[in-house]
Amino acid sequence: MGISDTENKLIEIFADVMDADPEEIGLGSTPDDVPDWDSLSNIRLIMSLERAFGIRFSNDEIANWKSIGDIGVILNTKEITG
Amino acid sequence: MTCLDLSSLPWLLPAPEDYRARVRALAAEKEPDGAEIRALATYALDLNQCHSLARQCIKLKDRINSKGVLSPLRFAFLSNGTNELVAPAIIAGALRHGVIADFYAPGYGQALNDILSPDSKLAAHHPDVVLLAFDHRGYGLTHPEIGVASADETIARAREQLNMMVSRLRASGTQIIIQTIPQPPEPWGGHSDAILGGSIRTQIRRMNDEIRDLCAEQRLVLLDAAALAAQVGTQRWFSPRFWNEAKLPFDPDIAPLYGDHVGRLLGALRGKSRKALVLDLDNTLWGGVIGDDGLSGIQIGQGSPEGEAFLSVQRLALQLKARGIVLAICSKNEEKTAREPFHMLDEMLIREDDIAVFVANWTDKASNINYIAQTLNIGTDALVFLDDNPAERARVRQVLPEVAVPELPEDPALYAMVLANAGYFETIGLSEDDTKRADQYRANAARTQTMQEIGDLGTYYKSLEMVCSISRFDANGQARIVQLINKTNQFNLTTRRYTALEIERAQQDETVLDLQVRLTDRFGDNGMISVVMFRSKGDTWVCDTWLMSCRVLERRVEEAVLNVIVRAAQNAGVKRLQGLFIPSARNMIVSGFWEKLGFTRTGEKDDGTTIWELVLEGYSPVEVPMELLCDFDTLSDMTP
Repeated sequence: MGISDTENKLIEIFADVMDADPEEIGLGSTPDDVPDWDSLSNIRLIMSLERAFGIRFSNDEIANWKSIGDIGVILNTKEITG
Repeated sequence: MTCLDLSSLPWLLPAPEDYRARVRALAAEKEPDGAEIRALATYALDLNQCHSLARQCIKLKDRINSKGVLSPLRFAFLSNGTNELVAPAIIAGALRHGVIADFYAPGYGQALNDILSPDSKLAAHHPDVVLLAFDHRGYGLTHPEIGVASADETIARAREQLNMMVSRLRASGTQIIIQTIPQPPEPWGGHSDAILGGSIRTQIRRMNDEIRDLCAEQRLVLLDAAALAAQVGTQRWFSPRFWNEAKLPFDPDIAPLYGDHVGRLLGALRGKSRKALVLDLDNTLWGGVIGDDGLSGIQIGQGSPEGEAFLSVQRLALQLKARGIVLAICSKNEEKTAREPFHMLDEMLIREDDIAVFVANWTDKASNINYIAQTLNIGTDALVFLDDNPAERARVRQVLPEVAVPELPEDPALYAMVLANAGYFETIGLSEDDTKRADQYRANAARTQTMQEIGDLGTYYKSLEMVCSISRFDANGQARIVQLINKTNQFNLTTRRYTALEIERAQQDETVLDLQVRLTDRFGDNGMISVVMFRSKGDTWVCDTWLMSCRVLERRVEEAVLNVIVRAAQNAGVKRLQGLFIPSARNMIVSGFWEKLGFTRTGEKDDGTTIWELVLEGYSPVEVPMELLCDFDTLSDMTP
């Protein structure tokens, strides 16, 4: 199954936030694979995604994502306006 | 756009699509170029882009060739919040303003410890500049007090904490910047918070008064975060969510703007603030095109919204001139036509004699801007160019990337606001000389004229009726001394930068001969134009600093100064003077300085530094074409 536009955009933004190559990143990437993914870069990630997609994450959603794929799943539950 | 979102830095171009790739490409260079890094910082960067740039600069730190474009500065950021997220924004903001900061910030909650303990990481960092960025939570102003007495007690405690931090940091000789406290947007009693002595609002207002007083008393630099937060809106400034999540003192969205403001102050401390404003005419200073619309067709003055918009641009330009910013005109027009509104239209606020250099022709604007810089004898990196035409802006940016060229919104009503908020002319305090500067530049143009008329140099000097006054450093001169030391690049033998505190110490040090030099002539007062320091080492006086404003080049002031130093040295029984030339990217103009003054070269170091000597026995002063005012008694307190 190919990845959706939303997921593509997610990966692009994620790479931008973590200062990484989009090619190195996939939906399966976790904080273990991306050394720069820590609690502080996570905040830049939240800000950047919320702005780009015009959405707002809840604390629960943020606390529970463990991979980029998880974020993609959350995004799919939201009405994206960005 | 009807209002400006300052947090997006609207006076800067948006970063290009391939921004991150460009930042990464720096790594491939053997010596990444300071000018290129500054250019990369001069976009409207978001926090992620700041992060990429800052990270790359930290990585490449030892290889960067700052080329005099980036002034190195050891910086420490002390706050009661989490610092890591705002750090890249400060680093990027500093680069934008010509400073490459070696950044240190303690971990969350460590700032006070760091200040108090003598063997802290902060002490080991030896910061040149420290920013105390505590907010209301950091000073314990978080609870309304019932009754004025308990509010007094809270303020007293906060003041004590501030004084303690400042006195500790001052003892280490570091320059301190203190931040005022933004008002959190959470009322207690409502509107009466403004009068209730115990409200948080009143507590913060009182503490901000304390901060302002302390800054004035101890000549510290102020970062008015309260004003900045009010400007973007405290509702946006504070983020309860990210405070809870990560102890971020303000919304990370605002970090790039905050970082730019810190950068402005660091730039101003390093003498990087811009000095001149170059203005386009048609649709920048008035509405319409003078060549097409004629005097009666252009929009300026009360009566039309457009006319008033341009009036506010003129008003701002004059307000800047009043504090020493030089105004110049650069317009594609026939000169005669371009000048007409200035003397024919009463509505014009700017008059011809407000303008130091007036260029109206059909030549490329970049060449004209170069010419303006040369005529004013300042670098193109000291210029701001305001033009409504995007094509002209692009052209000037392309040829002269060091000129600041603000983006302008569609609506001319916002031009003045954009220019005022872009922070190009940041000043950390006005010296008396600042207020006279614009007139001095004009007088200089008149002097050049006189020289062309008179021709012969000796006659010219005589016609200038110069009076040179030389005295020791004093409190009155201090602001200007620090300014000259930190911003003179060209006529500067050693390019050593000192803070106000270090200058104060030199002043008290009996082994330092410090001199401030002023020059007046029949065209006006040039103000303080030269600063010289020699250190006494046995029977030799060694030059520490010798700098001069390029406004008084070729006036033989340096010879007059040498005469004074020689006489003081001979009186003190000193045998020789030692001169020093430390080459930088900008000071080749003085590579032959010592030789010209009769010094002999005695050595050279690997970095190109040359050492010079003048034996005093049998040396007699040269005649100089000016009257000398100097109290030699004040020069005799030097101890060998």
